Amino acid sequence: MGRVRAVVRKELMEYRRKRSIVVTMLVVPVIFLIEPVVIIFVAPLTGSSATLEKSVMVPILYLLLIAVIAPSTLAAYSVVGEREQGTLEPLLTTPLRQQEFVLGKAAAMMIPSVAIAYAVYAVFLSCAALFAHRDIADAIFHDGPTLLTLFLFTPLVAGLAVVVGMAVSVRASEVRVAQQLGTLATFPVIGVIILFIGGVIHPTFAAAIEFALGLLVIDALALRLVSRLFNRERLVAGAKASRQD
Amino acid sequence: MHAPATLRLLRKGRKSTDSSQSRTWNVVLDGEVTATIAPEQTLDLTLDPGRHTLRVHSTALLVSPEVAFDVLEGETVGYTCRPRSPSPVIANRWLFWLIASLLRRGLWIGLEVDDTLVPTDQLRPAVASATLSAPVRAVLAASSATPRPSKGDAALVVEHLTKQFGARTAFSDVSFDVGYGEVFGFLGPNGAGKTTTVRTLGTLINPTSGSATVAGITLSPENGVAIREKIAIMPEAPGLYLRLSVKENLAFFAGLYGIRHADQRIDAALDAVNLRDRANDLCGGLSKGLRQRVGLARTLLSDPAIMFLDEPTSGLDPVASVEVHNLIIGLRAKGVTIFLTTHRLDEAEKLCDRVAIMNTKLRTVGTIDALREQLFKRSIAIKTVAPLADAQRLFSGIASVESWTSEEPGSYLLTVEDPAVAAPEVTRALVGAGADVLSVGESLHSLEDVYLELIAEDSGDAA
Repeated sequence: MGRVRAVVRKELMEYRRKRSIVVTMLVVPVIFLIEPVVIIFVAPLTGSSATLEKSVMVPILYLLLIAVIAPSTLAAYSVVGEREQGTLEPLLTTPLRQQEFVLGKAAAMMIPSVAIAYAVYAVFLSCAALFAHRDIADAIFHDGPTLLTLFLFTPLVAGLAVVVGMAVSVRASEVRVAQQLGTLATFPVIGVIILFIGGVIHPTFAAAIEFALGLLVIDALALRLVSRLFNRERLVAGAKASRQD
Repeated sequence: MHAPATLRLLRKGRKSTDSSQSRTWNVVLDGEVTATIAPEQTLDLTLDPGRHTLRVHSTALLVSPEVAFDVLEGETVGYTCRPRSPSPVIANRWLFWLIASLLRRGLWIGLEVDDTLVPTDQLRPAVASATLSAPVRAVLAASSATPRPSKGDAALVVEHLTKQFGARTAFSDVSFDVGYGEVFGFLGPNGAGKTTTVRTLGTLINPTSGSATVAGITLSPENGVAIREKIAIMPEAPGLYLRLSVKENLAFFAGLYGIRHADQRIDAALDAVNLRDRANDLCGGLSKGLRQRVGLARTLLSDPAIMFLDEPTSGLDPVASVEVHNLIIGLRAKGVTIFLTTHRLDEAEKLCDRVAIMNTKLRTVGTIDALREQLFKRSIAIKTVAPLADAQRLFSGIASVESWTSEEPGSYLLTVEDPAVAAPEVTRALVGAGADVLSVGESLHSLEDVYLELIAEDSGDAA
């Protein structure tokens, strides 16, 4: 685990030094916080409690997108960026295994993303508790399954976004292409949210745990797939060289 | 009758209530389960001298990487196996199995050379040199006491190695060997396949055919980590993280090599390239030459058995170049093999014990003197104050002179079998003819002459 730790430490150090990363990671979540906060202040109080719960579920699950969007840019840059700046080859000459590289990079991207997402949830829930109408606040805090989904899914969807982004980054020829394709990472999560909002999946404790386990398996398999995509020869000698082999 | 060798294996790791930690592990020698080993047990296994493979496993999921090692008659080789520290996030057993099955299994048991298990009288002493400069001595002193095979053993053996990218041949049928403690120059024009050869030997690229051993380990994808632990490669572009300081860059790589007491190694490596005072500068603020030096310091960190240096003095000023040359000489004295790719033929001539000249195919390998003799006949250069009146008659009358040429008045180049025999005869003939002789001496062809001759032959072949 020492090599994974070394990669994580280096990545976090680089993030801190790159202002555009810090700004993106802080500004995007704040933007995503605005709409849910507005919704809980303007949500209609008429109707049944079920209707009320459904109307607060949407902004809560909407917050999940923070965990997806925050690391997606980093993930897209993670491999192709190293390659473009010429640091990938020296890295590949060390005893670092491809699994350790992928794991270290993924962990480094997930740590700040998940931390920021949880911080934003805390701000959102604080706003709801302190400033929203009491019925709205009750609806939010009594909607255990949705809150569980939010907290349980956050690291898992962040992980999925990271591995999808890394898969794109491993195969991409340049950073811009990787970043454009990296938006694909948000699609599966948006799909899950739509399924919840559309009532296809009923937010119960059991459903939250089952889907979380499913996501965990998907994350692990995706991580393994990215490790396999990580072809030293292709990354060092170029896509064309490897394809011709 | 051979004296048997010994493998001494220690299993480290405290006895645990976790059954996976406390149960005995199987010791697999040359592909067969040979013994079992319990926690804290030291096991001595008798072996025949030669090459063996070793791995340890507890169950199908908990295995160590396989290592290959060579053992001599009567020698003891020490290895330590230990469970890798489980991550604190692994809260329970089934999750552990899930993660273990998804990740590479060799992650879970570590297997490392342990010289503390070898009787001290069997450790081979490192070669010391009293002539090294202070920074070089600093980095050599900070290197571990890992015994290296004797000078003369093969650090690199390359046999019929070929790499093709589709229809394009990067290099083909390359064979050579390099001994421990040898500085081996690898020369050739751009596109000759030098970098691809280095990348192949460094396990970054798989060869299309042929075989090689690097630091005694067979070149194969499975042995990639084991090989990369024993080598260091400095690519032509240093590839530094520009937002990190010099020290942070080196600390990162020290972490990747699992170096203990990294600060000492980093300081010694920085001393060796005269960069200690820039340790806290961001790499983005350094000049190209200084970045090159940081890249070189990085290769020194892991105390490698073989260093592949691609243009190590590119961008360096003359003083820094000399420091690098001294460093290479010091490392050679310590038994480190240097595989030097360079376009600077003067550098190769100064540093290399042998050189190989590549142009997709290996054109030649040998000492520079041997290459000179192989490619050029020996010759004597003569200078006279005034041009000779009848040079043809004079030189054709000397039995030891095979032929002669004159590129400018008063300057003659004579092809001879043996300059030691020919030079006195020629001098006597010149004096006898009344010539005013300025100089008579053997004309030595430079490495540049050798290189250009070979590359010109290739151009001629291509035409």
